[in-house]
Amino acid sequence: MNNFSYIQVNSAKEATGYRQATPQAAYIAGGTTLLDLMKGNLEEHPQLVDINLLPFKGIEQTSDGLRIGAMERMSDVGEHPLVLQQYPAVSESLLLAASPQLRNMASIGGNMMQRTRCGYFRDAAFPCNKRVPGSGCPAQEGNNHNLAILGTSEACIATSYPGDLAVALAALDAVMTLENAKGKQRRVPVTEFYVLPGKTPQRETVLEPGELIVAVTIPAAAHARRSTYLKVRERSSYAYALASAAVGLDVQNGTIRSARVALGGVGTKPWRSPEAEKVLTGAPATEATFRAPRPRPCVGPSHATTTASK
Amino acid sequence: MDTEPKFFETNPTAGVVGKPLNRVDGRDKVMGRAKYSAEFNNLPGLVHAVLKTSDVAKGRITGFDTTAALKQPGVLAIITHQNIPKLAKTPNDAEDKRAIGVHMGYLPLTDDQIYYAGQPVAVVVADTLERAQYAAALLKVQVAVEKPLASYEDPKARLFDPTKLQEGKTAPHVVRGSAQAAFAAAPIQLTHKYTHAINHHNPMEPGATTAHWEAPDRLTVYESTQGVTRTQKALSTMLGLSAEQVRVVTKFLGGGFGCKGSCWPHTVLTVQAAKFVGRPVKLALTRPQMFTSMGHREDQTQTLRLGATNDGKLTALIHEKTSTTSPWDNYAESNSKIVNMLYECPNFEASYQLARANVMTSTYTRAPGEAPGSFALESSMDDLAYQLGIDPIEIRLRNYAEKDPSSGQPWSSKSLKQCYARGAELFGWSKRNPKAGVTRNGRLLVGWGMATASYPVHNSQGMARARLYADGHAVVQSGATDLGTGTYTVMTQVAAEALGLPVEKVRFELGDTKLPTAPNSGGSVAAGTVSSSVYMAVQDLWQKLIKVAVLDKKSPLHRAKTADVEVKDGRLQLKDNPKKGEDFATLMKRADMADVEGNGQGRYGSGYEDAQTAANANPAKKDEAPHHSMHAFGAHFCEVQVDPDLGTVRVTRWVSVHGAGRILNAKTARSQIIGGSIFGIGAALMEATVRDQKLARYTNASLADYHIPVNADIPDMTVEFVEEHDPYINAMGVKGIGEISMVGVTAAVANAVFHATGKRVRELPITPDKILGTKAV
Ligand SMILES: Cc1cc2nc3c(=O)[nH]c(=O)nc-3n(C[C@H](O)[C@H](O)[C@H](O)COP(=O)(O)OP(=O)(O)OC[C@H]3O[C@@H](n4cnc5c(N)ncnc54)[C@H](O)[C@@H]3O)c2cc1C
Ligand code: SF4
Repeated sequence: MNNFSYIQVNSAKEATGYRQATPQAAYIAGGTTLLDLMKGNLEEHPQLVDINLLPFKGIEQTSDGLRIGAMERMSDVGEHPLVLQQYPAVSESLLLAASPQLRNMASIGGNMMQRTRCGYFRDAAFPCNKRVPGSGCPAQEGNNHNLAILGTSEACIATSYPGDLAVALAALDAVMTLENAKGKQRRVPVTEFYVLPGKTPQRETVLEPGELIVAVTIPAAAHARRSTYLKVRERSSYAYALASAAVGLDVQNGTIRSARVALGGVGTKPWRSPEAEKVLTGAPATEATFRAPRPRPCVGPSHATTTASK
Repeated sequence: MDTEPKFFETNPTAGVVGKPLNRVDGRDKVMGRAKYSAEFNNLPGLVHAVLKTSDVAKGRITGFDTTAALKQPGVLAIITHQNIPKLAKTPNDAEDKRAIGVHMGYLPLTDDQIYYAGQPVAVVVADTLERAQYAAALLKVQVAVEKPLASYEDPKARLFDPTKLQEGKTAPHVVRGSAQAAFAAAPIQLTHKYTHAINHHNPMEPGATTAHWEAPDRLTVYESTQGVTRTQKALSTMLGLSAEQVRVVTKFLGGGFGCKGSCWPHTVLTVQAAKFVGRPVKLALTRPQMFTSMGHREDQTQTLRLGATNDGKLTALIHEKTSTTSPWDNYAESNSKIVNMLYECPNFEASYQLARANVMTSTYTRAPGEAPGSFALESSMDDLAYQLGIDPIEIRLRNYAEKDPSSGQPWSSKSLKQCYARGAELFGWSKRNPKAGVTRNGRLLVGWGMATASYPVHNSQGMARARLYADGHAVVQSGATDLGTGTYTVMTQVAAEALGLPVEKVRFELGDTKLPTAPNSGGSVAAGTVSSSVYMAVQDLWQKLIKVAVLDKKSPLHRAKTADVEVKDGRLQLKDNPKKGEDFATLMKRADMADVEGNGQGRYGSGYEDAQTAANANPAKKDEAPHHSMHAFGAHFCEVQVDPDLGTVRVTRWVSVHGAGRILNAKTARSQIIGGSIFGIGAALMEATVRDQKLARYTNASLADYHIPVNADIPDMTVEFVEEHDPYINAMGVKGIGEISMVGVTAAVANAVFHATGKRVRELPITPDKILGTKAV
């Protein structure tokens, strides 16, 4: 890890100001992702700007839905009564993630910004296009069992966001609030927040340099109240998903009125599946519907050389 | 000693031995008072070393750019092959390697070659850990990179037949009977391949060394090792010092599982760094470095051919193993040993093939050989049971070995039948539906499997010293190691009972070359050997006091024959008139003895019916002295539930029953079996280090990505021991349980998976992708 200076800030303006002065500086929230990356010499930052005192707090009902401040902790959000009642998939995605210690430290904003678990990315000794653009992608023909099969490119096949929360948020049409150095806020749907790797796998989100995640808002909906998050992994806890699914259904009189499906662990970004939603909508909510063989429910620009054994 | 002390029958389990005593060091550990080897921070001027390791797996170092690193404040030295002081001997020379007694035949920083990814190429020393780490990151190594070989699976790998395995410790070729012909003639023939992923030990405490040169010719090393004596020998030989000049201390160890069984390169490099900077130096391996610094269980394929009669009697077993080894050593776990001895089978053959690759030497990993070997054998036995429609326990009973088939020797003791019976009863085995793939719990498939466990009692000796004070306190010492398994506790129990003292009055000390020499804690030998030497040391001390008593006019035992005196609960008394006697404190006070000291040697194969002792007593009968095959045996029973849609396997019930001689502490023993079973469940379902096949570097060298079981993966486990008195193994009749706990576990899980799904997985670990596609029957 390199030497760095550390500063704690009280306002968004102060925070973005430091980032403007030192473009290579990084915000630090819980530090559970950032410090790992720095210890592995995967990221170098001359300055860490501690944003834990920013007023991006609160879990509250608004006219747009439930608004969750970016500085809220994963455990607090996952156990919050409103989240448990109205967005069970979100609660489950948080509580099935990481470990209790990590969830107590980790923030919602930081969670959205976590980086891939691709083993080549995580070890500075390997070439990796995402970490060192142009250096190559050994995962293509190497150990890629936990990488993506959807949305991959010649340059990168990583599940760029390996976590859980964003998958549930993508399913439930959540919208992020971002704020830039000028204090200007904009709203971006979670489904558009992450970008495909294409030729520039180093670029993972639409977040502009220095821009802050302020909050995420999840619209209220019947399919959100009847939602769940399924996570498949080799061990029962403390592991990233091999594959996961966030599903919300609005079922009335045995018929699916609306459906939301997003997949994790299989796409280069949280993978919303409109194809699956279309098949479900209007169908009877029976095991036969769920089990019936489908034409591939998700189509992505799947990359030919991917050998992921999913 | 003029009378041979009697063991076991005169030392029944009535006392504190065997009781589920809490760990005597438990409080110190949870209070943070127990000092591990990287915690001796008060040494004068202590500084920190960090290893700079190689990114690539093969090449030649052409230079270093140290400019940026040396500019950093606090940096004291950058040590490379160019400036490191020469050692008297290195393991690079085969003969010297034997003298040094280390596992790996290459020491980094002795030349410019890079043989494996993660090989140390420099040691950076600085005043703080963080400064050393940063300087190491800034240090640039210039390498002429070459194309590496990653494993025996590489098409370019050259397989060879090692004429010697493990430096001759294991015979690579064993032929008993005529296995090929018997197999060809067998009505039932099974041929299957089994593969085992690379596994790493991953003890909680990483390898760590703190080296302190107290004088130019006097070195103290606080080392995370399973054997202080072996480390002392290795370091002193490499440094050209006498063993006496090197002191090695290991007061506490946070697990080892075999990876701390040898002295690895980082240890001597730290010692050299301390000499280089003239200050005490501490080095702790990072977790990623743990994957390339202390060995691993090698990647391997076994082919097992099993021939049997139509009623399930084995007629032939042919075992072949292919595995990866390093550029210098011919190491492979000896899988075939258990295949050779577990069941009655007249014809057996084993062979090994190795391929050199750009990896460090693999090493002993909990039940080395027995664990993967039993996976192949016990999976195939399960196949045989299904093929013939015979219950898996019954098939094993039909092939029950009444004596060791590999040597023809009688067993010193064997309680395997009781283990099967008791395990089956605890598990409810009789309710098992013999058909695979038909038992369900809702959506989930349920499977029951079992497997046999066995582990040898290895030859080993060790010494102990006991000092009893007239005030009723005692200090007992042996240079053994407590891996965290409870050695401190069980030895306190053994000493307390032999001394007739409450455990609070006995202190047991270990982990220091200043103490009497004990064997490496490995191969499950520590409990048996050290407890026996402790017991013998106390007997020696009693013999000394008996001599004092019979010469003392004021003693009630005056003029008694020493052989007629026994000691019971600290009281010296006549064997046939126990009323006549006195306690040791009275005697010692009167004789003005502040303390009395005894020394003992615990020897392999010398229980109370010691064959050798009998032979010594009557040399004419020497040839009659039976030589025994000494093994512990047991059985594991496993229930799994398999999600047919997701391919996930979870172990939901577990029963292990073992017969392993005397159990010294019911609680720590249970913990050992639980720990070993979990180790095996990990290997069965998730543990795998993946080496990139082009770059020969691990891609998941962290505990986030190398999965070991978490609490939620492990059900409540039932563990029992069959009472077993072994009169031959050693003075305490203890066989050891550290490794048998893992043997057979992977097969028990795989057999349960087969019973659940009808799918036989022969490639470990059994991850969801290998289950998916399973059709529920
Ligand atoms: C061992 C381990 C296991 C894990 N398992 C899982 C799992 O199963 N599922 C899962 O979902 N996650 C998992 N995680 C990831 C974990 O959820 C993230 O590390 C955590 O959410 C990051 O939050 P943080 O506050 O600590 O972020 P930090 O480490 O502080 O920051 C991470 C990144 O986000 C940026 N950032 C933080 N906040 C903001 C903001 N408000 N605006 C803009 N940028 C910001 C930082 O600059 C940094 O680049 C695991 C992590 C570990 C270490
Ligand atoms: S998949 Fe992406 S992250 Fe992984 S090595 Fe290739 S470029 Fe790097």
